[in-house]
Amino acid sequence: MATITIREALNQAIREELARDETVFLMGEEVAEYDGAYKVTKGLLHEFGPKRVIDTPITELGFAGLGVGAAMAGLRPIVEFMTFNFSILATDQIINSAAKMLYMSGGQFNIPIVFRGPGGSAFQVSSQHSQALESWYAYFPGLKVVMPSTPADAKGLLKSSIRDDDPVIFIEQERMYGNKGEVPDDPDFTIPLGVADIKREGTDVTIVARSLMVPIALKAADALEQQGVSCEVIDPRTIRPLDIDTIVESVKKTNRLVVAEESHPICGVNAEISAEIMERAFDYLDAPVKRVSGADVPMPYAKNLENLAIPDVNRIVAAVREVAYLD
Amino acid sequence: MSKQTAAPPSAAKAEEQQSSTGVMDAPADVDKHQLKRERDSAKERQKDRLSGLGADELIELYRQMLLIRRFEEKSAEAYVAGKIGGFCHLYIGQEAVGVGAISAIRQDDYVLASYREHGLALAKGMTARSIMAELFGKATGCSKGKGGSMHMFDKALGFLGGHAIVGGQIPLATGTAFASKYRGKDQVTLCFFGEAAVNQGAFHESLNMAQLWKLPCIYICENNQYGMGTSLARAMSLSDIAQKACAYEIASEFVDGMDVLAVREATQRAVERARKDYLPTLLEVRTYRFMGHSMSDPGNYRTRAEIEKYQERDPIKLFSASLLEEKIIDDKALEEIDRKVREEVEDSLKFAEESPLPDPEELYTDVYANPIEPGRK
Amino acid sequence: MATKVIMPKLSPTMEEGQISRWLKKEGDKVSMGEPLAEIDTDKATMEMQALANGVLRKILISEGQSAPLGQLIAVIGEPDEDIASLVSEAPAAAPKQEQKKEEPPPQPQAQPQEQPQQPQAKAAAAAASTVDNGRQPQAAASSDSARLIVSPLAARMAAEAGLDLRSLQGSGPGGRIIKKDIEAALTQPKAAPAAAPTFPRAVEPPRFQQAAASGYRDEPASEIRKTIAKRLVTSLGPVPHFFLTTEIEMDRAAEMRAGINALDPDLKISINDIIIKVTAAALIQHPEVNASFQEKFVRYYEHADIGVAVAIEEGLITPVVRSADQKSLSEIAAEVRELAERARSRKLKPEEYTGASFSISNLGMFGIDEFTAVINPPEGAILAVGAMSAKPVVRENQIVIRQMMRVTMSCDHRVIDGATGAKFLQTFKKILENPLYLVV
Repeated sequence: MATITIREALNQAIREELARDETVFLMGEEVAEYDGAYKVTKGLLHEFGPKRVIDTPITELGFAGLGVGAAMAGLRPIVEFMTFNFSILATDQIINSAAKMLYMSGGQFNIPIVFRGPGGSAFQVSSQHSQALESWYAYFPGLKVVMPSTPADAKGLLKSSIRDDDPVIFIEQERMYGNKGEVPDDPDFTIPLGVADIKREGTDVTIVARSLMVPIALKAADALEQQGVSCEVIDPRTIRPLDIDTIVESVKKTNRLVVAEESHPICGVNAEISAEIMERAFDYLDAPVKRVSGADVPMPYAKNLENLAIPDVNRIVAAVREVAYLD
Repeated sequence: MSKQTAAPPSAAKAEEQQSSTGVMDAPADVDKHQLKRERDSAKERQKDRLSGLGADELIELYRQMLLIRRFEEKSAEAYVAGKIGGFCHLYIGQEAVGVGAISAIRQDDYVLASYREHGLALAKGMTARSIMAELFGKATGCSKGKGGSMHMFDKALGFLGGHAIVGGQIPLATGTAFASKYRGKDQVTLCFFGEAAVNQGAFHESLNMAQLWKLPCIYICENNQYGMGTSLARAMSLSDIAQKACAYEIASEFVDGMDVLAVREATQRAVERARKDYLPTLLEVRTYRFMGHSMSDPGNYRTRAEIEKYQERDPIKLFSASLLEEKIIDDKALEEIDRKVREEVEDSLKFAEESPLPDPEELYTDVYANPIEPGRK
Repeated sequence: MATKVIMPKLSPTMEEGQISRWLKKEGDKVSMGEPLAEIDTDKATMEMQALANGVLRKILISEGQSAPLGQLIAVIGEPDEDIASLVSEAPAAAPKQEQKKEEPPPQPQAQPQEQPQQPQAKAAAAAASTVDNGRQPQAAASSDSARLIVSPLAARMAAEAGLDLRSLQGSGPGGRIIKKDIEAALTQPKAAPAAAPTFPRAVEPPRFQQAAASGYRDEPASEIRKTIAKRLVTSLGPVPHFFLTTEIEMDRAAEMRAGINALDPDLKISINDIIIKVTAAALIQHPEVNASFQEKFVRYYEHADIGVAVAIEEGLITPVVRSADQKSLSEIAAEVRELAERARSRKLKPEEYTGASFSISNLGMFGIDEFTAVINPPEGAILAVGAMSAKPVVRENQIVIRQMMRVTMSCDHRVIDGATGAKFLQTFKKILENPLYLVV
């Protein structure tokens, strides 16, 4: 076990898969000569050359579609969006081509592609550069959506995503690239898609958190432990398909659920989890499910406003206390 | 850019003059004698072209065009009878484009198309049965009844789909060409789209990448002059589409889409560039659809006279006239081809009618290649 | 070869189209792809193109008229070709249109949408029972009508433990009873009832007395009850009923029944089965009674499809014995038994209880001598059958005892007149009194 950053873990995953499978290639803006806008792809051009690691023009719709076409012809592209904000330009190819190709071709053309890059907020990059789009992509059958929160998860899940035969939206978090953690050394280490991870066991309240919210939820759980409340923190890791069973089992035990996310609340993943729990665990709920989401506003620039827009430890603590009837 | 090997735009322009057999939209001030001289020389060229192919090959081109025509007529009939659902975009009038171009490639080459793709699928070798059954939404259709008129696929034959977002197939085709080059193969990709797709960003983004990375993709713009009901003149500031290739330093040609041999030859030239040097080409093929945009077209944006003007240059009639004139075929043989083609189409209709609907369980299959049971460890 | 021109589907959602203008006249030459007519669809006015070459021989739907998708609207053929057989396929425009506009046959009693409503009903029942748990011991306490607030978990725990939620004080927001409160109550089980001494169970008045005292009980009308109400109001309101009564001597019919059942006891023929058979026979002789009024036309039925009213728990339903005129008594008997059984278990399909041409309602088994029944629209009549009983009657100036039965026919005067109905009843009576007519 080595202790490395999420950035390094992702780099290892891509490097290992490029080395393992000749059909894998990486393309995106600044992934090669610049070594990656966030240095995730550092050194890969040097190691694999310009055929396998390709700098693209700023042409998101074009290279996303090119990737899907290459996947139709049997290659396994990793397409990097410098940030997922720019994937909005490519949604036609992600949604209308990648997600539906297998179905509308009656099972003939699967699309083994990974669209990856950072999503969610960064630090003061304002409205157009601070968007959490996972609920968009999770909406579409045909896509898989993955959001890691630790270095080990990042590596294991990215390797599984690259090996998967379906299109995977792999959303990282810019604020978390430097987070450190232990990662197994085994080059065949992978983590299956569709399996939630219980990041912390507890008995009183279940907190479901993903991506940036996982470390924040764990801090909240620490604080709550001091107050005598035992929290179970679950990271679904894969948003589609969602491992709802693990969440249901936890809620059956704790009878209370808080769901935390960076994204806007309307039609979001929190809303979906709440509905699932209402349908599947209604009789086990001792309190209404509480959502903690990003503010329902475009992301502001000013530091103080930005802080207010993103859920923090205090908001999660307050939500847990509310469903535990402590206030 | 120093390794640029594509024909510079001016050369492409020159080639365009040579390759076209007739001027579709002659400006009013064209000298009539000049026009006649052009027509005569076009006739001569046609003779040369015919002599370049064996009788069997020529007759096969004719048969394919006729098959598409009869197939589409039958589709129209089945559509108005309510047997085909949704949208249905017919290829009638444009047969020479698909047949001519696809006759210039190999079976392992890729073809991608828009939603007006029944005829292209037939030209790529897909059976009338599998296409008609798909139109009928039957389990025996080429896409198991899940795609319909706009989404025909056949992996084995390299037909990579009808795609129903205008221009959406252009980046995809750029990607299949990328894959061929990545693997070091000499496969080429033909990408068909209408002239209205040229206004989409996807077109420009694709051409830029294709030339930047030297990808063996042949972009075939089927300029039928209307994007749904909006004429080219009302939609494009610069309506000479072949000229747009200049912006990307891509070789281009203007081709008469009513002349199957002209289309074939222009495609052959592009295929050679693509196979040998991994170079893309843009072909602007002037054609015309005799039927509406789809079966629900009110037809109020063009005149009957205009349609009739183009029907005089019906690609099938033009070609059969050439074949008769050069005594490559006689009337009896033509009739025999028509009979066989009609039989084939009737057979596809019967097959489609008698085929079963998809099993209800098919609703949930083919969503994922690796379906995941969430929570499995 | 002549080609049919049908009303084409010109949009994905189109169901019928109106010819707004023919662009060709009969006799004009047409070629494939040429516009033939302008058609108004649900979306737009569109050109219909010819799909054949030839001459427009016949226009069957004129401008302004509509036709459903797929209907023959014109014929294209060679100038001298015989197209008579093609043209004769076309339905005559006017009646076809009327039939098109005719209302769907009304469905008596139970409706097909009952099925999907069942889960809802179940849920409602479940909800009601949950509320009952809390409310029952509280019934006499008019002072406290506040809604009980309880978390789903606490409600389930209380139900499983048989705990009275009303006896608990909720500690959650707004007094919500939560898991903690149930757990607290369960750790001191004896104390819990004592905690609410004001309303001890023992002195609570039994529920039935309570109901008697207040005099009524409100229960949501079931779907079938609502349908019965709606259907019968639409009957006696708009349908002008009149009633014809006659008395029938049933001795021979009874004899016949006994005779048949003696031959084969498994047949189990009832008097009612004989009545059905006789009704059917009489209807065939009086087709003007085997009819229904359909606003713009009168519909006469070829066969006697007899609706047989069956009382079921929630109301009544009228399964139909189809073509009773063509069925033997034993077939009718078997079918009625089978239909009635499935009616009681609510397993009839909609097509099994709709579309009768005439109905019979028999209340004889309840000792009713005579009654009038409400017509089940759009049927033209219904026969109300009373009990069979021994009565003194005069025959050849002698007082003799005969099995007598009274029947009353309700007729829809819009389609059946007094004399028409009376003649039918006459025939009915004649056959029933001498069932041998059935075989003559």
